[in-house]
Amino acid sequence: MARDHDRNAGAVTTAPDAGPVARLSGVALSYGATRALDGVTLDIPAGRMVGLIGPDGVGKSSLLALVSGAQAIRGGRVEVLGGDMADAAHRRLSCPRIAYMPQGLGKNLYPTLSVFENVDFFGRLFGQGQEERGRRIADLLRGTGLSAFADRPAGKLSGGMKQKLGLCCALIHDPDLLILDEPTTGVDPLSRRQFWQLIDRIRQSRPGMSVIVATAYMEEAAGFDWLVAMDSGRVLATGTPAELLARTGAPTLDAAFIALLPEQRRQGHSALVIPPRPAGAEEAVAIEAEGLSMRFGGFTAVDDVSFRIARGEIFGFLGSNGCGKTTTMKMLTGLLAPSEGRARLFGQEVDPNDMEVRRRVGYMSQAFSLYSELTVRQNLDLHARLFRMEAARIPARIAEMARRFDLTEDLDSLPDALPLGLRQRLSLAVAMIHAPELLILDEPTSGVDPLARDAFWRILGELSRQDGVTIFVSTHFMNEAELCDRISLMHAGRVLVSDTPAGIRQRRGAASLEEAFIGYLEEASGQEAPPEPAAAAQPAAPPAQRAFSPQRMMAYARREALELRRDPIRAALAMLGSVLLMLVIGYGINLDVENLTYAVLDRDDTTVSRDYALQISGSRYFSERPPVTDYADLDRRMRNGELSLVVEIPPGFGRDVARGRQVQIGAWIDGAMPSRAETVRGYVQGMHAAWLTQKAREVLGTAAASFQIETRYRYNPDIQSLVAMVPAVMPLLLMMIPAMLAVLSVVREKELGSIINFYTTPVTRLEFLLGKQAPYILLALLNFLMLTGFALFVFRVPMSGSFWALSAAALLYVVCSTAMGLLISSFMRSQIAAIFGTALITLIPAVQYSGMTDPVSSLEGAGAVIGSVYPTTHFITIARGTFSKALGFAELGDAFLALALAIPVLLGLAVVLLRKQAP
Amino acid sequence: MRIANVLQLGIKELRGLLRDPMLLLLIVYAFTLSVYTASRAMPETLSRAAIAIVDEDRSPVSGRIALAFYPPYFVVPRLITMAEMDSRMDAGLDTFALDIPPNFQRDLLAGRAPSIQLNVDATRMTQAFSGAGHIQSIVSAEITEFLRRSGAATATPVDLVLRARFNPQLDKAWFGSIHNVISSITMLSIVLTGAALIREREHGTIDHLLVMPVSPVEIMLSKIWSMGLVVLLASAVSIYLVVRGLLAVPIEGSVPLFLAGTALQLFATTCIGIFLATAAGSMPQFGLLMILVLLPLQVLSGGMTPRESMPEAIQAIMLLAPNTHFVILAQAILFRGAGLDVVWPQFLALLGIGAALFLFSLGRFRRFLK
Repeated sequence: MARDHDRNAGAVTTAPDAGPVARLSGVALSYGATRALDGVTLDIPAGRMVGLIGPDGVGKSSLLALVSGAQAIRGGRVEVLGGDMADAAHRRLSCPRIAYMPQGLGKNLYPTLSVFENVDFFGRLFGQGQEERGRRIADLLRGTGLSAFADRPAGKLSGGMKQKLGLCCALIHDPDLLILDEPTTGVDPLSRRQFWQLIDRIRQSRPGMSVIVATAYMEEAAGFDWLVAMDSGRVLATGTPAELLARTGAPTLDAAFIALLPEQRRQGHSALVIPPRPAGAEEAVAIEAEGLSMRFGGFTAVDDVSFRIARGEIFGFLGSNGCGKTTTMKMLTGLLAPSEGRARLFGQEVDPNDMEVRRRVGYMSQAFSLYSELTVRQNLDLHARLFRMEAARIPARIAEMARRFDLTEDLDSLPDALPLGLRQRLSLAVAMIHAPELLILDEPTSGVDPLARDAFWRILGELSRQDGVTIFVSTHFMNEAELCDRISLMHAGRVLVSDTPAGIRQRRGAASLEEAFIGYLEEASGQEAPPEPAAAAQPAAPPAQRAFSPQRMMAYARREALELRRDPIRAALAMLGSVLLMLVIGYGINLDVENLTYAVLDRDDTTVSRDYALQISGSRYFSERPPVTDYADLDRRMRNGELSLVVEIPPGFGRDVARGRQVQIGAWIDGAMPSRAETVRGYVQGMHAAWLTQKAREVLGTAAASFQIETRYRYNPDIQSLVAMVPAVMPLLLMMIPAMLAVLSVVREKELGSIINFYTTPVTRLEFLLGKQAPYILLALLNFLMLTGFALFVFRVPMSGSFWALSAAALLYVVCSTAMGLLISSFMRSQIAAIFGTALITLIPAVQYSGMTDPVSSLEGAGAVIGSVYPTTHFITIARGTFSKALGFAELGDAFLALALAIPVLLGLAVVLLRKQAP
Repeated sequence: MRIANVLQLGIKELRGLLRDPMLLLLIVYAFTLSVYTASRAMPETLSRAAIAIVDEDRSPVSGRIALAFYPPYFVVPRLITMAEMDSRMDAGLDTFALDIPPNFQRDLLAGRAPSIQLNVDATRMTQAFSGAGHIQSIVSAEITEFLRRSGAATATPVDLVLRARFNPQLDKAWFGSIHNVISSITMLSIVLTGAALIREREHGTIDHLLVMPVSPVEIMLSKIWSMGLVVLLASAVSIYLVVRGLLAVPIEGSVPLFLAGTALQLFATTCIGIFLATAAGSMPQFGLLMILVLLPLQVLSGGMTPRESMPEAIQAIMLLAPNTHFVILAQAILFRGAGLDVVWPQFLALLGIGAALFLFSLGRFRRFLK
């Protein structure tokens, strides 16, 4: 084993017993009906390299999450570093001494940030100064061989590099306890060997450090100091590898583990052998690749790859992480169109639109890509139906697949509640549900325990040998590669060698396939010099645990700002979009109702009645339609919305007016839209009054008593829509856009997994929230300046009051609106719900309850209450005051106070609702 | 295209929705409590408008005028001085200030045609315009009545009888409730389809679908029908239980016809959701794009302010938006009791817009999947 050489040096690091680093008693944990841990009592010795071994789903990850403090304790007692992990104060004190690297490739990394920026972020979180950070990062990157990739975004790294980067992030603060959850799952042999060399060097330089590792590789576990074997949420045995071997009398750790399992779990386990392909087997070609190349921009991912795979053959694809295996597979399935070359399946060129070929192929992608919102059974059922299986056959087929992959007990669980290994098995089951003739499997057994892997390969063997299914599989496990009929070794987009496993060993003259493999890789990558050992780490200055650390807040602020900068489209949308909206809405909303359609039903038709009608048609508010002929016509034309107003002049109107008799004019108003109807009513009444006055003067001469009402529209004498609307639209935009920018900041981390960094680092809830908020406040302020600039200089909206008062209010206001986003974000779990929630709590109150059209004073019920405290109300008051009414700080004190008060309330609520541990 | 696939994928969407209790809660809130609160908050016609009077005349006629303003249309007017008027209006305390000049009554009776000045805070939008007309007619009526009693002059005895059809009390809650249902329909249908699509991409599940015998049309249609159905059900519940039940809004027309129109509207808006998802690279971008589209749809569709008063360019552009037609259709069916014979142009327009959006989004979706 590769690791054995390195362990010699590591052996000296085993520190004398210094009491347990972690002590668990009676610890239990359940996810819904699934029991992950069932009364675990365990002392984990300090200063050692401790391994957790066991099949998938036995509670290894849950145990590690509890020890790291990421998971809230629900039963039993967990003591780590001499204190109770249920105690928040102890967690706060001890978390700078613990480092936790969760399961999954780069789950806690930030994909858009570069390698350097990722490590730097963690350094800042632990309060390290610039000089110290620079030195540590340089050491770590050199030690892990990542120096050359310091500027590459983490999302573009290969799996092995991601794991190394995760380790750098975990080690930046010199932890006393390092917790690694399956750190080498999905990592190629060369990188894996380098990874453990790195850990050994670190342990040499920090002898007191305790390391707890969960692993699925028994050959790795054999090199650890002390092992914990687990099964079904319980501890089976503990001890050094030698002790475990001695106790079970087994030759290898694999065998020892199987011997430790209870009787019924052991049943049916025997060494795996896949019979050789019968000689002269069918030589029909299933897959044929001819000069396949794939280029992304200037980067060549796959370079002139050719191979032929016969029907029924098991063809293995090996190579370092990121060498182009996945890309090649995607070209074969039609997910990617090759830049050059051709691929044929069953003799036909790959055509992404050919449904028939798709039905004959089963594909499993590297990342889990099934529906996490569907149960295991529902996932299987959906895929069976999509592959057009007969409905009657589906339940039996699901039962069969569940039995084959040992999923029967988990059929009604959600995939997220299952450990990685079980999820992989589900993906496999799904890929095979429709009994395809060709299986394309991309690292199908990453993270799957040895027992299940054996079972899986047994199935592959049966499929190939009995049913003639062609299998194209990529893997990092050498014992799996040995089982293939032929393998290809890929590196940097090219196939290095293609042969039977035995042929490759012979060519290289190597004892094992792994040796041969590493030999080829080292040759191809130019015999890279072994990375220099990391410089002996100096003890970190004891980090002062302050209740509020501006430095940690700034670490999050910087990170959030970097992400924002990497996504310029978002900032551009916020800026340009808001200006566009201000223009459209400012011009569009016009409460000065004009061009109302009306018609006259004139039953008199005299000069007097025509004079009356003329009064209306002369108004700029109304536009005349052909006269109404009768009531039926009136009814029809009002019902279809053609007419907003109908004026009916009764017969004999002219005569009666002349005689001074009482007459009535009727006016019908379309009430379907009340605000318009009200305006119409006002206009009609006004015109009627004016007509009466005019008549009176005509009849009685100048001596008649008359009067005038002069209406002065203040603050916007020309009643210009834009002038009136801009001060109301700006608050609306500055509410919705910053809230929408901020809302995803927390919930997105929850959905994508990096929230774990918040759980396991010393950052407090307030620091976390304020840090996330800061960049959005800044962006929103820029947005405000841009909107104001456009309002003043492009739309020519005059500003009569204090610009500084408006700016100060805008600052308070955008703090409020971003805080609203954070508040929603703090308790929502999905991004969809967060987006919808934000639209709901910003759009409706801002448009309807904040005095944009109807004054707040006239609202009623709950709306009036919301309106009186909602920040938009007060900012509209200030915006209108400063734009139109020549006001400044002094006159607007109350509105400022209300805005300022909203900030602590919103942020306080967000802090209360945000959880510092996984629930 | 296979209907079975569309059905199965749609059921998958519905199951996914059931797994998000917070989202379900928000949907219920948006169609019940939010509609109820927003409609109840709508002021009744001219409600409690803040008015103040500067009475420099202190005569019987000015006293009469002051007494003519009372709740619920107006607050009891405050009698203030000329000096107070400016500061009170600046602070936004009064929307209207009526200034009755010295010797108003004397001049009136002497036929010198004195003027009363009505100051209106034009930034108060709706209330400013409808209130000013209202105040003018109240003042006119009071003065005319005063003149008639004092026998000074008899104005022409012509009465204007105003009748509001379809909503005699001009109860804003009626239309407000429908407007709120419409906004929830638009908002939810865009969010559900668009965000669900982006989530599939962020979680890698869309890649998986593409290696199965499923075509883009099937994927898209499945999202449209499933999410559309959810919103349609929610709107039906909202109309029957909240609008007609709790808010007791008398609905003249046929609700099923309205729901048929809603289905067409949903066809169009779910396509908008898919289009936005294909245009946005990530969920944060989608959130912003959605606001940029949602806000104009909401504000300029004719639900908040009448279409006729918008600039012609905007009226023309908004004819391309499904909401414009949906608002017209909703008003006509629910309040004016119009049947299909009246609203068929809107149905046709929605169908056309929906079909165009569908084809356009499908094209984008196909490229998005590449």
